[in-house]
Amino acid sequence: MIELSINGQKQRFETGTNIAQLIDAMALTGKRIAIERNGEIVPRSRHAETWLANGDRLEIVVAVGGG
Amino acid sequence: MKPNENLDPLIIGGKTYSSRLLVGTGKYKDFAETRAAVEASGAQIVTVAIRRTNIGQDSNQPSLLEVLPPTRFTILPNTAGCYSADDAVRTLKLARELLDGHNLVKLEVLGDKETLFPNMSETLKAAEALVKDGFKVMVYCSDDPIAAKQLEEIGCVVVMPLASLIGSGMGILNPWNLQIIIANAKVPVLVDAGVGTASDAAIAMELGCDGVLMSTAIAAAQNPVMMAGAMKKAVEAGRAAFLAGRMPKKIYQASPSSPTGDLIGK
Repeated sequence: MIELSINGQKQRFETGTNIAQLIDAMALTGKRIAIERNGEIVPRSRHAETWLANGDRLEIVVAVGGG
Repeated sequence: MKPNENLDPLIIGGKTYSSRLLVGTGKYKDFAETRAAVEASGAQIVTVAIRRTNIGQDSNQPSLLEVLPPTRFTILPNTAGCYSADDAVRTLKLARELLDGHNLVKLEVLGDKETLFPNMSETLKAAEALVKDGFKVMVYCSDDPIAAKQLEEIGCVVVMPLASLIGSGMGILNPWNLQIIIANAKVPVLVDAGVGTASDAAIAMELGCDGVLMSTAIAAAQNPVMMAGAMKKAVEAGRAAFLAGRMPKKIYQASPSSPTGDLIGK
């Protein structure tokens, strides 16, 4: 198992999980989101080839109403 | 000159807009009201905020960008809530990824939670990094003509001085500074923040602003959709008055509009 910090919350996932699988597990597939891993943007085209490691810090964001 | 949208477009980052009113999308009671207010405002550019997705929330809920599709509106992601250049730059990189490479953004770096005054040194730092990274930056700033000029020199495509504090509705507190900024700018100048009601927007446009960006003035009105329509007219009226060129002010010796001769009974 690996422990990730997702939007500041600790969550456990199987070792050998990539970002596309993570998005699927969170029911966010097809949603307009953007992901940052340890401070770097992970482009959509690389979600399936980006493997997560223990201790990774992820930010997953959406657009919301704002001024 | 007739203020015709074809003759008098607002050009931002190489794209032409007929509306000079930009609106926010926050503080509405629901998405239906957001959409109705945006429609009534006639705005073509709408601001959005970038926030963490709510983990575990029902993912079948409609999202803002389904209500305001990027195919129809120019989506302007902002950095509201950022208090450092680093956070603002990170937020806008996420926004660019979210919006498929769209690079027109609104930068604001705040300095104080009580007043929401901008932190200009961090704003300048962030603007420089973003321009270097290929962003087209519309930048919220204090009404300081020197800072506005520095932001233009860095390469920001629009400078957006405050009329008064964010969410205050206090109107245009320093028209003289705004006039100096407008007179010296080679890029569009929009008033961003502080507009409270339609006359404030009209005054901004009469001063020669290229447009107005507002959020709370519409969303916090008793009837937001009606206020959105009022703001549309105010911006159009103020722009037309600016282009028409107002009459000079005279304290007295005013001349009546009717003939002074041929009065009866003389």
